[in-house]
Amino acid sequence: MRKYFGKGVYGAIAVGKISLFRKKETEVCRHGISDVESELTRLAKAKEKATAELSEIYERALREVGEDNASIFETHIMMLDDDDYNESIRNIIENRHVNAEYAVAVTAENFAGMFSSMEDSYMQGRAADVKDISSRLISCMSEEEAGDAMPTEESVICADDLAPSQTVLFDKEKVLAFVTCHGSRNSHTAILARNMNIPAVVGVGKEFLSEIKDGDTAFVDGYTGEVIINPDEETMKMMKEKQKNDLEKKELLKTLKGKENITLDGRKINIYANIGSVDHVGAALFNDAGGIGLFRSEFLYLERSDYPSEKTQFDAYKRVLECMGGRKVIIRTLDIGADKKADYFGLSHEENPAMGFRAIRICLERTDIFKTQLRALFRASAYGNLGIMFPMITSVREVERILEICDEVKKELSSEGTAYNAKTEIGIMIETPAAALISEKLARLVDFFSIGTNDLTQYTLAADRQNPLAEQFCDPHHEAVLRLIEMTAENAHKQGIWVGICGELASDTSLTREFLRMGIDELSVSPTYILKVREAVRNTDLSKE
Amino acid sequence: MKSFDYIIKDKIGIHARPAGMLAKAAKEFRSEIFIEKNGKRVSLAKLMQVMSLGVKCGDTVTVSAEGEDEDIASERIRELFSENL
Repeated sequence: MRKYFGKGVYGAIAVGKISLFRKKETEVCRHGISDVESELTRLAKAKEKATAELSEIYERALREVGEDNASIFETHIMMLDDDDYNESIRNIIENRHVNAEYAVAVTAENFAGMFSSMEDSYMQGRAADVKDISSRLISCMSEEEAGDAMPTEESVICADDLAPSQTVLFDKEKVLAFVTCHGSRNSHTAILARNMNIPAVVGVGKEFLSEIKDGDTAFVDGYTGEVIINPDEETMKMMKEKQKNDLEKKELLKTLKGKENITLDGRKINIYANIGSVDHVGAALFNDAGGIGLFRSEFLYLERSDYPSEKTQFDAYKRVLECMGGRKVIIRTLDIGADKKADYFGLSHEENPAMGFRAIRICLERTDIFKTQLRALFRASAYGNLGIMFPMITSVREVERILEICDEVKKELSSEGTAYNAKTEIGIMIETPAAALISEKLARLVDFFSIGTNDLTQYTLAADRQNPLAEQFCDPHHEAVLRLIEMTAENAHKQGIWVGICGELASDTSLTREFLRMGIDELSVSPTYILKVREAVRNTDLSKE
Repeated sequence: MKSFDYIIKDKIGIHARPAGMLAKAAKEFRSEIFIEKNGKRVSLAKLMQVMSLGVKCGDTVTVSAEGEDEDIASERIRELFSENL
């Protein structure tokens, strides 16, 4: 088993046998000629033939990948007819008395060189177009019948590089994926692969071809750019699973993207995404998240050697808010403790960290860290639709203290003249039985609740989720847990605030109906589950038993 | 001589397709048509040269036409710019 990494061009997954694609090498030799006229005639005939071939390819591409993508071949025809290009070839033949093939090759080098030295990556990609038309022109001069060997059965096509005209000539039914040693995301081959919906990875490195052979099994992940050759049984199983999920998700996307989260009898609910870093915003948007229901801010604190500065945090929050446009983004303040800690916090070892000094308990003691985060959050609030959420609440006093500190921070910002959104929603996590039981009082203090079912389950059922021996007792479907959720929802609505669920239970579609019945306003789930939950919502009819 | 300035709005700039379209159109007139960016002037009929200007979104280019049909040539090219770029 060997792994290679390149740039994923089209997000899809394929597994199959490799078919090596070798271009017919047309070695161009330089040789002197005496009859310039007949050489120019040969050139003119070749150009005519090449143009005819390109027109044919254009027609084919028009049928297979649509006008927008086919137009590259129309451009190829025009490039072939470019005055400077033709003049350069003619000059070389006339002045140096050399064969036309050589003149074309030299001209191609020059023009391709001009494009690849340009700053713009789009223009750099055009170098490949020049080479493509030139090698076609050269092969049109040879006596031999041109044409590359095409795969006869379904395969993963591996090549040094592929010209756009080659890419489009493959039989779509036979190509599982493309993998090339060279090439960029902007190359036309990449663009065509995307439009043909074929997974492709480009730029895996020049060693690749010499290390594989026909018939090897390749796994190609167009999302990550990963290519695995001859995966072992276990990896293969994982990959097949990944491929299956991918296909299911695509099917869902096709039918559900852009649709409302509404039940058959007309009840609407928001479906948001849980994310753990700025990089996941793309996945949230791709899966049609209505907002971010839980942005865990821990990533800013973990895996570093010192506290993140206000600016580092501000930049990250601002980016998420901007990427999400005006959609709601709920950021949860620091939620770490003895089980999930960073050394520089200097936290002492605890026997039972789940019930120890963690999350808001640390923040209310170490107000300097807390205030830095709040300042960054409020400053970022000017750039989108922010909600701030506090974890691990157990008492009214804690919430009052949090609100006091928020007010201090807001006052500071006002006096500095720093912009923030004064209407930023403030919410709390309901993840302890205590918070659920006093939710009526807590609801008077905040703008929203978000129920964290993972912790709520472990605390309610006294079953440590890190302890495998306690796993059998950790049942989130337990009536006690569901009653606390329902109670929380009722109390929230009595006070006119909204309530969501951001724990894993939110994506459990066997409970979607139950949550809708309780009047839950928002479900926040991992991006990959958004459309599954949407599907469940759309199939629910609350008016029927 | 007829000329006009144009600010490119297309997000990849003058890419292969519009460059090809412009070159094709430029060849249909008797006038010589040029495109200029930052002091560099090339014939609009020469696709590769036009592409080599590397005209990006937000750049201002000056297009000029000189010859017997410069009026209609300039008008037609201006239309192509506003429709495609």
